[in-house]
Amino acid sequence: MRNTWLIAWKEIRVFFTSPMAYVVGFIFVGLTGYFFVRSVDSALSGPNFPEASLRHLFSQMSIFIIPWLAPVLTMRLLAEEQKIGTLELLLTAPVRDWEVVMGKFVASMTFFLGGLALTLWYVLMLSWRGNPDPGTLASGYLGIILYGSTAMAIGLLASSFTSNQIVSAVVSLGILVLLTFLEVGADQVGGVASTVVAQLGITTHFGDFVRGVIDSSNVVYYLSVTGVFLFLTVRNLETRRWR
Amino acid sequence: MAIRAMIEARNLTKYYGSFLAVEKVNFVIKKGEILGFLGPNGAGKTTTMRILTGFIPPTSGEALVAGYDLVGQSIEARAHIGYLPETVPLYTEMTVKEYLSFMGRLRGMKSGQVRERLGYVIEACRLEDYYDTFIGKLSKGFRQRVGIAQAIIHEPDVLILDEPTVGIDPIQVVETRQLIKDLAGGHTVILSTHILPEVSMLCDRVLIIHEGKIVAEDTPDDLGTKLAGVDRVEAEVEGPRSQILEVLKKIRGIIDVTSRPAGKNRNVYRIQAKQGLDLRPTISRTIVNNNWALLNIQLLSMSLEEIFLKLTTEEDLRT
Ligand SMILES: Nc1ncnc2c1ncn2[C@@H]1O[C@H](COP(=O)(O)OP(=O)(O)OP(=O)(O)O)[C@@H](O)[C@H]1O
Ligand SMILES: [Mg+2]
Repeated sequence: MRNTWLIAWKEIRVFFTSPMAYVVGFIFVGLTGYFFVRSVDSALSGPNFPEASLRHLFSQMSIFIIPWLAPVLTMRLLAEEQKIGTLELLLTAPVRDWEVVMGKFVASMTFFLGGLALTLWYVLMLSWRGNPDPGTLASGYLGIILYGSTAMAIGLLASSFTSNQIVSAVVSLGILVLLTFLEVGADQVGGVASTVVAQLGITTHFGDFVRGVIDSSNVVYYLSVTGVFLFLTVRNLETRRWR
Repeated sequence: MAIRAMIEARNLTKYYGSFLAVEKVNFVIKKGEILGFLGPNGAGKTTTMRILTGFIPPTSGEALVAGYDLVGQSIEARAHIGYLPETVPLYTEMTVKEYLSFMGRLRGMKSGQVRERLGYVIEACRLEDYYDTFIGKLSKGFRQRVGIAQAIIHEPDVLILDEPTVGIDPIQVVETRQLIKDLAGGHTVILSTHILPEVSMLCDRVLIIHEGKIVAEDTPDDLGTKLAGVDRVEAEVEGPRSQILEVLKKIRGIIDVTSRPAGKNRNVYRIQAKQGLDLRPTISRTIVNNNWALLNIQLLSMSLEEIFLKLTTEEDLRT
């Protein structure tokens, strides 16, 4: 566990001293700000009275932000180590492969939570002018964190396959877009298949959180998909040794 | 009890796909010993070292460090190792101090221990002026020093250095060799190189690896005298053995002649001659002039000598 924190801490320090952190942070703030303003602007929200919630922000984030944010935040984590050869030092230090992967995952989640913390500003604004439901807000945040962790795990797996950051980002973007559209695509196939496909979709399990419902099956979905992708990442590192 | 073996390779074999990179390599390195791992490009040095550090597993055979198996007890074994890979991997966006602390911590040191040790390591590797410099800004030679510094930060029992003097200028080569020599005392060291004089300078013992196999093992001095300046010729001759031996030994440039029987009244003579003189014409003329029958004569292509030659010429090219 100590090694996990050590590796995470190293990544966090390197990330926040790089311009990347600020470029990504800037775009993140810009986009979430835009989505937030649109959702509370009565002139834009049509006949419905604007509501004091982050419902729209969370939904937009899940579709328009996380699918690119996760690839960008995770692409260098393992690809760069392979490219510059430091993976050889990590994997010959008395550290277990899963500790390396967990360290990287914790780092990516820290970046993500850091960005998410900035959105608390919107909560503050809502509470100033309105009366948002704390329960719904909390379940929304829980949902987006779980959603984000799944996306980060996918990004990490992509990053473990290549020493090229761009390749890593494109691959994880592809997987995330595919998983995002499974829900829409499910309508095209009928019957039981439709339900199965929809259940696999990453967005399908998100709606409840946004509406303020914490359904344990949704929590289990995100946690297990995250677990599976992290496990695959560890396995992939192991098999790299055998090649 | 026998002197403790710090590194042991037992029948190490490594296939990359169907390509055999290392074949049945065996050796033992005792505590405190500096072993040179000498071989031309592609010989299998890096592959062997990667097995010894637990980076890749052998296809078959075993590697032990400090008594721990690198497959079965990998973490325990790795805790005893300081490793400088061939590529000198460094995080360029960290400062020297940050990087060394991170590597020390990663190898299990407490932050207090790192703080105490850093001063010594920085001084030993003469990095005092670059303590807070970003590694990305350092020259190749200084990066090499940082690479060595990270290998020794945690006072490992075993140091594994893959071509520690490649790619740096001659002055820095001398300094780096001196640094390794200074460090040698407390550690068991295995270093790979394709430079022969480096081995004689630094090592107690040398292993020569070629095409994945160990082809020689000796002290640098003995290896030198055994190999330097000798060409071997083999000749099959029909005639009286003792007379032939006597005549051959009188030829100028011949150091030694041995013989082994090869049929009725025939013997194969193995002739050692000074290097560079191709004595085949002289030998054959002498035999024919004495009315003996020369059945066959050839220059022995001793793989070891060839490798040796390759190694010495590579050094000539470098300097
Ligand atoms: N990952 C790999 N996949 C396939 N073949 C490899 C791999 N690594 C090394 N080889 C091959 O194995 C052989 C031994 O390589 P190795 O790197 O161990 O040699 P070396 O003695 O370190 O050479 P050099 O002096 O050039 O560093 C070479 O023929 C090399 O091409
Ligand atoms: Mg090599």
